[in-house]
Amino acid sequence: MNDMRDLYEELILDHNRNPRNYPKKPTDCNCTAHGHNPLCGDEFIVNLTVEDGVIKDIGFEGAGCAISTASASLMTEAIIGMQVEKADELFSQVRHLLTDDDENGEQQHTDKDVLGKLSVLKGVKEYPMRVKCATLAWHTMHAALLGEKDSTTE
Amino acid sequence: MNSSPHMLERNFTVDPEQALDPKALRADFPALYQEVRGHPLVYLDNGATSQKPRAVIDSIRHYYERDNSNVHRGVHTLSERATLAYEGVRKKVRNFFNAASIREIVFVRGTTEAINLVAQSYGRPRFSAGDEILITEMEHHSNIVPWQLLCQQTGASLKVVPFNEAGELDLDAYHQLLGPKTRLVAVVHVSNSLGTVNPVAEMIAAAHQLEVPVLVDGAQAVAHRKVDVQALDCDFYTCSGHKLFAPTGIGVLYAKEALLADMEPYQGGGDMISRVSFEETLYNDLPYKFEAGTPNIAGVIGLGAALDYLEQLDMAAIGAHEDELLHYATTQLQALPGIRLIGTAAAKASILSFCIEGVHPHDISTILDGEGIAIRAGHHCTMPVMTHYGLSATARASFALYNNREDVDALVAGIGKVKEIFQS
Ligand SMILES: Cc1ncc(COP(=O)(O)O)c(C=O)c1O
Repeated sequence: MNDMRDLYEELILDHNRNPRNYPKKPTDCNCTAHGHNPLCGDEFIVNLTVEDGVIKDIGFEGAGCAISTASASLMTEAIIGMQVEKADELFSQVRHLLTDDDENGEQQHTDKDVLGKLSVLKGVKEYPMRVKCATLAWHTMHAALLGEKDSTTE
Repeated sequence: MNSSPHMLERNFTVDPEQALDPKALRADFPALYQEVRGHPLVYLDNGATSQKPRAVIDSIRHYYERDNSNVHRGVHTLSERATLAYEGVRKKVRNFFNAASIREIVFVRGTTEAINLVAQSYGRPRFSAGDEILITEMEHHSNIVPWQLLCQQTGASLKVVPFNEAGELDLDAYHQLLGPKTRLVAVVHVSNSLGTVNPVAEMIAAAHQLEVPVLVDGAQAVAHRKVDVQALDCDFYTCSGHKLFAPTGIGVLYAKEALLADMEPYQGGGDMISRVSFEETLYNDLPYKFEAGTPNIAGVIGLGAALDYLEQLDMAAIGAHEDELLHYATTQLQALPGIRLIGTAAAKASILSFCIEGVHPHDISTILDGEGIAIRAGHHCTMPVMTHYGLSATARASFALYNNREDVDALVAGIGKVKEIFQS
């Protein structure tokens, strides 16, 4: 019971009940991507407005479990107004928080100050099957930003 | 043992407490005796796979420690022992399903491979544009995708029998869809996401009036009810050993001999031939024509041990016990506010799918896991069923012979915890 509260902390439950920036597509949205976890059926669309390398606005649509919804909601709050590179760095930090490893399987240390509220996701680490839930919106955001990069090079 | 075509309907006539002692049977399943996250394991994910009795585990060890050798291809003692054991299981399978002959029993990897075999060996050389394959809206993906592949290969098209809100097939629609263009019917015996027991005997009889063969996907039926392929008169019947207390990687395709005799081989290789030259190859007799290569010998041995285990019980008593348990669980869950049962057919077996208002099934499953309770959350490889109900997933508890009321009580208490956490 108590360790379940470590996973389902009040902040997560709150963001699940009342997701921020949801459902939302900014009117001047210029990057969007669709993310899907075929294992559980979670599905999100992340919509961003990026100007001069800065995320001016962000929203998301779709549906998922409490972990994926809360993570998406917290993400939108965390990266709004952020530079695109900073958002990607933050994604790496979140990934380290959830898995201890970086993409190359090397142990990393997370920076509590950088993560802020996102630290609430740390409980997911104990549930490896749920890590994908917590990272779905982040991957989708990342894909949307890559799409944006592609479109600006044209 | 009851072998009428209606044997799958709910049957409360056997007193489960007298006929079966599920608490004593638990002792035969070592994996049930462990703690998960500090709680005794409550295993309610039998629809995904069942636990294995010690007799099955021991049979595999015995095989590898003593008899291990290849089958059908040596004359030394070990090979003889392995071959005798392997072929002995084929007889057990024949008896288990009341098939007419061992020539009708093909060992495969599981239900999925059995269905693919029928699609490719029966359907592919026969079907063409204008032909129709009739399936249902509640099929597992393994009884959808092989037919879609076949349609792409042959130009045949797929027709789908819908089901109603309770999760019962629309039989009027079935009779309408069944027509001169229908070349095959493929239907699930017991739905893995709804628990519905389909009236397959009736459906087979209707199809046979038009001389249309019927494949029955028995993956979720065989562990819960006596299946008599001759009484059903099905043309193909498929199942997976791992849902029947046997190991993974072994399953059975039953097919009527006349059909098998006329079918192309599924794969080419060793064991499935009688003579090979570069000009011409003669295929082996049935069923070996469909078993190319070294088979899953240990899996077959394990399957045999699982059938022996079930043989000394009574399938009717197992079914009655599980029906009683499902009834108990259904009543308990219905009494809880905010619970929606998915699949409320009149005839059901061993499966209870549900949703809790405002809580995603994955969160339900994680919180229950924290209580040591294993259920399944997801689309259960039946995405069209989820679409029917406008859901992306359900939570599913599924029972086996070793489950009892205490397991259900633990589930109900666990659901209480889920609500407590999500309502705070
Ligand atoms: C109704 C049904 N059909 C087919 C299958 C596929 O079985 P397997 O994965 O063992 O091939 C399953 C297993 O989940 C099932 O429940």
